[in-house]
Amino acid sequence: MNGRAGLSIQRWTPLSAASVAVLAVLGVALAFGPLFLGANAVDRLTTLFIYIILAAMWNALAGYGGLVSVGQQAFFGIGAYAAIRLSSFGVPVYLALLLGAVFAGLVALALSSFALRLRGGEFAIGMWVIAELFHLLVNLDRLIQGETGTSLIALNSFAPEARRDYNYWLALASMAALLVLMFSLLRGRLGSSVQAIRDSEDAAASLGVRVLAAKRILFVVAGAGCGLAGTLYLATSISFQPATYFGVQWTAYMIFMALVGGLGTFEGPIIGAVVFFVMESVFGASGVWYLVGLGATAVVFALYLPRGLWGTVEERFGVRLLPVGYRVRQGESAADSPR
Amino acid sequence: MIWVNQIIQGVMLGGYYALIACGLSFMFGVMRIINLAHGDLAILAGYLVWAVVDRSGMSPFLALGIVLPLMGALGWLMQRFMLERSLRSGMLVPLLTTFGLAIVIQNLLFLQFGADTRSLAPAIGDLAFDSWSVGGNIYIGHLAGLTLLVAVLMLGGLQLLLGRTPLGRSIRAVAEDPDTAELIGINARSVYAAAAAIAVMTVAVGGAFLGMRATFGPYAGPAQLIFAFEAVVIGGLGSMWGTLAGGIVLGVAQNVGAQIAPNGFLIAGHAVFLAVLAVRLASGDLRRRLRALLGKPA
Amino acid sequence: MSLLRIENLDVRHGQLQAVRGISLEVKEGETLALVGANGAGKTTLLRAIAGAHRPAGGRVLLEGADVTAVPAYRRVGLGIALVPEGRRLFAGMTVEENLLVARANGRAGPWDIERVLDAFPMLRPRFKAKAGSLSGGEQQATAIGRALVTNPRVLLLDEVSLGLAPIAVDRVYECLGNLITGGATVVLVEQDLGRAMRVATRVACMLEGRVVLEGAAAEMTREQITAAYFGLNRSTEGRVEGGNAQGQPA
Repeated sequence: MNGRAGLSIQRWTPLSAASVAVLAVLGVALAFGPLFLGANAVDRLTTLFIYIILAAMWNALAGYGGLVSVGQQAFFGIGAYAAIRLSSFGVPVYLALLLGAVFAGLVALALSSFALRLRGGEFAIGMWVIAELFHLLVNLDRLIQGETGTSLIALNSFAPEARRDYNYWLALASMAALLVLMFSLLRGRLGSSVQAIRDSEDAAASLGVRVLAAKRILFVVAGAGCGLAGTLYLATSISFQPATYFGVQWTAYMIFMALVGGLGTFEGPIIGAVVFFVMESVFGASGVWYLVGLGATAVVFALYLPRGLWGTVEERFGVRLLPVGYRVRQGESAADSPR
Repeated sequence: MIWVNQIIQGVMLGGYYALIACGLSFMFGVMRIINLAHGDLAILAGYLVWAVVDRSGMSPFLALGIVLPLMGALGWLMQRFMLERSLRSGMLVPLLTTFGLAIVIQNLLFLQFGADTRSLAPAIGDLAFDSWSVGGNIYIGHLAGLTLLVAVLMLGGLQLLLGRTPLGRSIRAVAEDPDTAELIGINARSVYAAAAAIAVMTVAVGGAFLGMRATFGPYAGPAQLIFAFEAVVIGGLGSMWGTLAGGIVLGVAQNVGAQIAPNGFLIAGHAVFLAVLAVRLASGDLRRRLRALLGKPA
Repeated sequence: MSLLRIENLDVRHGQLQAVRGISLEVKEGETLALVGANGAGKTTLLRAIAGAHRPAGGRVLLEGADVTAVPAYRRVGLGIALVPEGRRLFAGMTVEENLLVARANGRAGPWDIERVLDAFPMLRPRFKAKAGSLSGGEQQATAIGRALVTNPRVLLLDEVSLGLAPIAVDRVYECLGNLITGGATVVLVEQDLGRAMRVATRVACMLEGRVVLEGAAAEMTREQITAAYFGLNRSTEGRVEGGNAQGQPA
């Protein structure tokens, strides 16, 4: 056990540097999208960005925080609702959309002390009950007209083409911002805390890892992120029916994307969202059979491929594209610390 | 007087909730998993009973007798081929698996039976309408009374099973420590499968009674799951009679809420659920702080 | 006639090899004491014999029949019972229920609940008490009774003295002694060398997953065992009488 002296901690490898560069270039290229792509493509990509946000947020909670929430639609809906309310007060519409997300994040913060003390199934269904309660409370607002819903009328002041492009850029920017935020959080102290908590929560706490603080960050980010997805969805569809926005199908989609892509990996949710997007484009028209397929796929992955597509690839080939973990180098050999 | 009536109706409703919830409580007590497809299994049973009644014209109670073993077998299969794998994979996998299963069941029911709601009420004739007068303009439905009675019998039966029978002892042993249970000759897998079969049969009974007291559609499962879960949590996870108490508290809260405001039924239920959770967490904290103050060990 | 025989057993804990190619034999009526430091692989070996741990290689034979692939709960029916490390009683169930549930799932035979109470009279007043409320000694008695009531042919005991007050250990070993003089076949993992030597007919010492010393208890000196225990005489890993270092019969 000698030879070269000294250990060095490496965060970047040539592969991960290349991957980040590729992603950055891709991001910039996408920014020019509306100039080259047709209206339909711009719409579809906007939807894809929203899906990626949702997948990344659910993964942040479940994959990194170990918190399985069956109620993230609470924030999806409350963000959209807040945007509508703010717009009705005269706030400029795109600002209202952003503030709606902030509101969702604040709601998450307010709930966090309570919600994060719930364990396992209590947390999962507790969040679902909170979503149902938000749904019912939002229905009470006269502006919403109960289940009939209302529209974000202020959006009509923009021409459809302009609106489509603004939505696209807002969605792209939101997705990029959230991914960069998650990336830097995970590379920082939160990343190590999360790893420790995942391996053994009690041991981590006894070492001084601030478990509740780490989970709170994830919970608030996920809340704001889902809220942002909700306001973006509102921007694209303009209409707001409580049943649609507070429906548990959003959780179903998030679970599918995060699980199939790879829970607990950074790349996983992106891949899962793409898979979901493709499946929806191809099979969505099959209606109910499509949903049966989604459910069955989730079951199969949960049982036989719990690490998801990317997680399995990572495990099999030891590949890691994005430098979220650490590598310990000793002389010639490199031993990876677990992700 | 109207409040008294609401409370009494709430108690009766609690009987239904206890019926629907006891399977969930049982599964959780034995296997520590929450079956997110629980409500959908109740609806599935409701549809099966309806289908038998529709085809043969027999009483729903007789039809239930046919459907029960089917549902039991389904529970057994579900455990052996799906949940068993999830048991040792932590908490994430069972939640994900059962959620996926729920979606599959709901949509298959839709494909088979369409979107129309069904009901078993037409098949039980007067039982759906008759009621006892308890004086002061308060009426207790025969069906509601029967539901409460069945719930109590079911809970009592499960308690007895667990406390006095060899199977019950095996179940409790496996629930506590499956590895050691194997060391004294218990086949844990069989026990889990039996427990799952029992749980699903109880939920089938719940589904049948739901059909008799109300209508149901293919997507009615999640709502029932939430009610069941709320009843279980309010009463205290893992306690059978607690589930009855929880169901009653939920039913009363909902009915009182409905009396207060037009949309109050569901809101009151959810609010009470969250409040009970919050109080329980806070009192747990309080107890810990008191202990620390008094210098007692945790 | 060998009742229990282990051939070349390899048992892993994930990547770690806990038991390396161990071969042992226990004749009917013998008491084999397995000694060794923590981490030597003793508990893993017992668990592999009981079927609680799948071996990576080798065989376990009961009366000549290969039971290596038989799951733990069926081995109880064949006559192997393990009293696990740390007792592992069902704390929420009473002493009576702990015994009942084992009786219902074990073999038929002379041992029943009444006989267990005779063997461990301190359990009688605690019969209806919840197992979690028992003292250490009472728990150990219940755990042993729970295994006995399945009428085993081979009784495996893992660290029965662990965590008990000396007086409680005395009582446990007194009952064990009666069992052994009654002709039971026992494999006993024990940290307390003195007690182990007193009840055992044969002793095997394990170190890092291997048997480094094996032979009749009466012929061994404490020095020999201590040396083997701490691995002080690696070059003279040997035997005392009959058989070789791996315990194969001469």
